[in-house]
Amino acid sequence: MRVVFPTHLRSYTGGRAEVESQGATLADVLLDLDRRHPGVRFRVVDEQDRIRPHIKFFVGQELASTLDVPVGASDVLIVAAFSGG
Amino acid sequence: MSAITLFVATRKGLWIYRSHDRAAWQVEGPQHYGCIVHHVVLDPRDRRTILAGVRTGHLGPTVQRSTDGGRTWQESPQPPAFAKGEPRGRAVDHVFWLTPGHASEPGVWYAGTSPQGLFRSSDGGMTWSALNGFNDHPDQKSWVGDDKDGTPDGPKLHSVLVDPRDARHLYLGMSSGGVFESKDRGETWKPLNSGVSIDVLPPLPDGKEYEFGHDPHCVQLHPKNPDRLWQQNHFGIYKLDRDKSERWERVGRAMPEEVGDRGFPIVLDPADPDSAWVFPMDATDVWPRVSPDGRPALFHTKDGGKSWQRQANGLPAEQAWWTVKRQAMCGDGERPVGLYLGTTSGEVWASRNAGESFECIGRHLPHIYSVTSAVEA
Repeated sequence: MRVVFPTHLRSYTGGRAEVESQGATLADVLLDLDRRHPGVRFRVVDEQDRIRPHIKFFVGQELASTLDVPVGASDVLIVAAFSGG
Repeated sequence: MSAITLFVATRKGLWIYRSHDRAAWQVEGPQHYGCIVHHVVLDPRDRRTILAGVRTGHLGPTVQRSTDGGRTWQESPQPPAFAKGEPRGRAVDHVFWLTPGHASEPGVWYAGTSPQGLFRSSDGGMTWSALNGFNDHPDQKSWVGDDKDGTPDGPKLHSVLVDPRDARHLYLGMSSGGVFESKDRGETWKPLNSGVSIDVLPPLPDGKEYEFGHDPHCVQLHPKNPDRLWQQNHFGIYKLDRDKSERWERVGRAMPEEVGDRGFPIVLDPADPDSAWVFPMDATDVWPRVSPDGRPALFHTKDGGKSWQRQANGLPAEQAWWTVKRQAMCGDGERPVGLYLGTTSGEVWASRNAGESFECIGRHLPHIYSVTSAVEA
């Protein structure tokens, strides 16, 4: 499937906004992304597998609250929340 | 004299200042633009490896490494992290402190994190592992307290000190938690806070002291006399001579009463164990934590804390409401010693005469978190 990265993470993708990935669940996709783009997973998921506070994952149109969400053929959108300053 | 490099870490990136004469400075940057950079340290053993504790407002923490003067950086493939599934559910929020290891252990580094965790690298900062003798100590949760005991942007483990005589002998400071000591390379730890007050807590019965739970802001060990420790604590300036006592002495009592002895940083003169500088903050009323009376000044002792002299030549004389954080003041190894400080208002000030006068060498930077000096290869 296609994974859309926010600007914050494009240093890991060589500047690309979209990359290809695979996996049955969001957790699988993140492991695959980390193999392809080392280090990126830890920037968005902590060592206890919690989604970091200012990061959101959309699978298709649905906001994912855990990493167990099945992905199917849906696109995955990673959003760095509008918070900050 | 040696060329001096200053790593100025800010809330929005890293700037690097270099000078051959401590009078004219060239600035490069930003590196890690837009990222929160907590601490940047050059390895004095190879004078080439630079580590930086970096995160952004959105993304998790990491360590970046450079071996070319900060022009290019490589991210740690295994940054400091608590064990997955550990019972307290801790996760590193940011890497706050970096310390190169002992001279006999090239490649060894220590990292202190928020929340309080201690991590070690044996490969020059590329991969990190938890020092479980500290992180998983059965009393560690009691030492650090709960969320109410941390600093506003997260509790810190800082001031990781390595005894230059013995690689196994370590100290660390925690805000909150106190000062702790290990004599076995971090396997076991004991508190070292006797004599340090926690003014706001109720006194214990029978004159007993709190064993831990203190708030050292910055702890320093003198390189020529490693038995001498200094600390700028939330509640005063302290000194401890390990070869004479196990009890800290509040040498800040000799500070002018109208200034007080609260602050963040403390800097030692590497050539003189009796010489130290502090940068007091206003700790009255609601603890504004800015320069007292809007008049920034360092205070210098040359006699081991028996007396303190105000140093403010060149600094703003009035209406300057900034302060200097615990990692944002440092010295160099030259004579007379150079002093450097970065302000919460984004200015860098330098003295090349041991604090007798200061010049502003950088303006309009973001909030400065750390200033470290180095002599590059």
